[in-house]
Amino acid sequence: MIVTPQHVRFDSLPLDSGASLAQVDVAYQTYGVLNRSRSNGILLLHALTGDAHVAGISQETGKPGWWDNSVGPGKAFDTEKYFIVCANVLGGCRGTTGPASINPATGAHYAMSFPVITICDMVRLQKKLVDHLGIERLLAVAGGSMGGMQALEWAVAYPEAVAAVIPIATTSRHSAQQIAFNEVGRQAIMADPDWNQGDYYGGKPPARGLSVARMVGHITYMSDESMREKFGRRLRDKERYGFDFSVDFEVESYLRYRGAQFVERFDANSYLYITKALDYFDLANGRGSLAEALGQTAARFLVISFTSDWLYPTYQSLEIVKALRSRNRDVAYCELTSNYGHDAFLVDIGEQSEILRGFLASTFKEAA
Amino acid sequence: MSALTQAGARPFVREILGRSDYAIIGGLVARHAKVLDLGCGDGELLQWLAENKGVEARGIEINSSRVQRAISRGVPAYQGDIDQGLADYPDQAFDYVILSLTLQETRRPLVVLKEMLRVGRRAIVTFPNFGHWRVRLAHLLRGRAPKTRLFPYDWYDSPNIHFFTVKDFEAVVRQEGWTVERRIFISGHYLGTVLYNLMAEVAVFLVRR
Repeated sequence: MIVTPQHVRFDSLPLDSGASLAQVDVAYQTYGVLNRSRSNGILLLHALTGDAHVAGISQETGKPGWWDNSVGPGKAFDTEKYFIVCANVLGGCRGTTGPASINPATGAHYAMSFPVITICDMVRLQKKLVDHLGIERLLAVAGGSMGGMQALEWAVAYPEAVAAVIPIATTSRHSAQQIAFNEVGRQAIMADPDWNQGDYYGGKPPARGLSVARMVGHITYMSDESMREKFGRRLRDKERYGFDFSVDFEVESYLRYRGAQFVERFDANSYLYITKALDYFDLANGRGSLAEALGQTAARFLVISFTSDWLYPTYQSLEIVKALRSRNRDVAYCELTSNYGHDAFLVDIGEQSEILRGFLASTFKEAA
Repeated sequence: MSALTQAGARPFVREILGRSDYAIIGGLVARHAKVLDLGCGDGELLQWLAENKGVEARGIEINSSRVQRAISRGVPAYQGDIDQGLADYPDQAFDYVILSLTLQETRRPLVVLKEMLRVGRRAIVTFPNFGHWRVRLAHLLRGRAPKTRLFPYDWYDSPNIHFFTVKDFEAVVRQEGWTVERRIFISGHYLGTVLYNLMAEVAVFLVRR
C-alpha cells in the first residue's frame, strides 16, 4: 500500500512555556475506516525520530512505516477493524510545524526562535487533530518510548477521550541517565560549527553533530547482548587491525552508517527541541504525585516493558503500574522477554502483537 | 448453588473449565462484584466470572506467558509476585480476593492471607488437603514424600513449599479471629463433610475479617 501524508492547519496553539504558536500545521496519516459510531479510532504515537508514516510504503521515500509490522490488515493494529491515525509531533521536521518551519510573522525559518515545547504541548495539538477528525472518544492511544509518554499524558489530560491507553517501553518521567544521554546528543549538535546557533537553513546543516547524537542514541536503543550478537568484535573489511583511526570494527561502521543516514532525514534543531521535551516530561508535575495524576484517569491500561531495555527499564513501567494499582485502576502489565533492548517494541513484536490484538479486541467489545 | 446437583446420596459437583473448585467459586461470588484472583494463570476463571457474573476482574500472575494469555483474552492481569504484589492495592478495594490451589506455593502464607483480607472484604481460599487419607497412607506405608493425585510432584520439583491440612487452616483462622462464612469440601466430584480432614481432597473457604 502506497501512502502519503495529509495536512491540516490550526490557527493557534497555547504552550506550556507561556508562549503560543499563531499557526500550526499537522502532517498525519490514516489507515482503515472510521465506523459510523466513531468508536474504532486508534491514535498511534511515534518516538523521538519517528513520523506520521507508521505503516504502508511511503510514496516519498519508498520505505515501509516505522511500525509496519504491527499496523495493517490482520496485524496487531488491524486496519480492517480499526481506524488508525498517526501524526508527526509538534516540533518535528516531517510535515508538522517545528523549528525548520517558516515563522509566518517573519517569513524566515523559526530556528532557535521556535518556542521550547513539551510532551503536553504535543498532546494538546494531537487533541485538536482528533477533534478535527470528529472522534469524540478514541478506542485507544498507543505508543512506545516518547509515544508512550504521550499516551500517558493523553490519559491524564483527556480522561473522557480515551477508552484504553497502551504505554510501551516508557516512563512517567525522564531519569538523570536519560537526560544525560540527551544532553550528550544536544552538545554534539551544538558543538558542530555548522550548527551556527541553529541558523543553518539554506546552508550546510550540522551533519557531524547530528550524526554523533544519533550514534549515541542508537547505542541506547540496543542491548549489550544484541550488539554482541550483531557485531561482536568482527572487523570491517579487514583481516587485522588497521593501527589507525579509520573504521576497524563492524559496530563502528554500523554506527557511522546509521548516523550518516539519519542526517538525510532529520533536522538537527528538531532533535534539540524534541529531546528537551522528553527531558522536561514528568507526568506528576503540577499534579501532586504520580498516583494522583493517574488517579484522575478513566481508561483501561496495558503497560508493556522489555527485559533487555536499559534505556527505559522495567522499573519505570512498574512505577506507572504501581501508581495505577494504588488507585485501583484497570491495568494489565507484562514484561516481555527480548534481547533487542529498547528497540524491542519495534522489532521483536511476536508476543507484543498477540497481547495488543486481544487487549484491543476486548476493549472494542466493551466499548461497543 | 447452581453448580451443585443431587446425584444419589452424595451431592455432585459439576466442573467449570474442568475444575470442580472453580464451580464452587463461581457459586460463591456475587454478581457485579469486584474480584481479584491471585495466581490467575491464563485468566480463564476471571474471564468466566466476567462473562457469567459480570464481575470487575483483576488478576496477578508471576508467569509471563500466562499473563500474556490472560491479557490476550481481555483479563487485566498484572505480572508480579503474590507475596509482594498485594501491597500496592488500597484497603478493601475488592469484594472478593481469590486464591485457588496456590496458598501452599506462597512463601509467606499467613502474610498473604492477611493481605487478602486487607485489600478484600472476603477471601476465597481453595487448597489441597495434606491431611487426606491417601497422602497419609503414602507417607506411612511407603515412607516417601507423598505423591498423589493432588500432590503429583516429586519432592525436588514441587512448587508446593508449605504443606497443611484443613485443620491447620482452621486453626489459623481461629488464631487470627477471622470468620468462616462457608466451607466446602470436595473429593473428586463429590461434596462431603464427614471426617473432612481425612476425606476432603480440596477445601474451599469463604473467610472474612
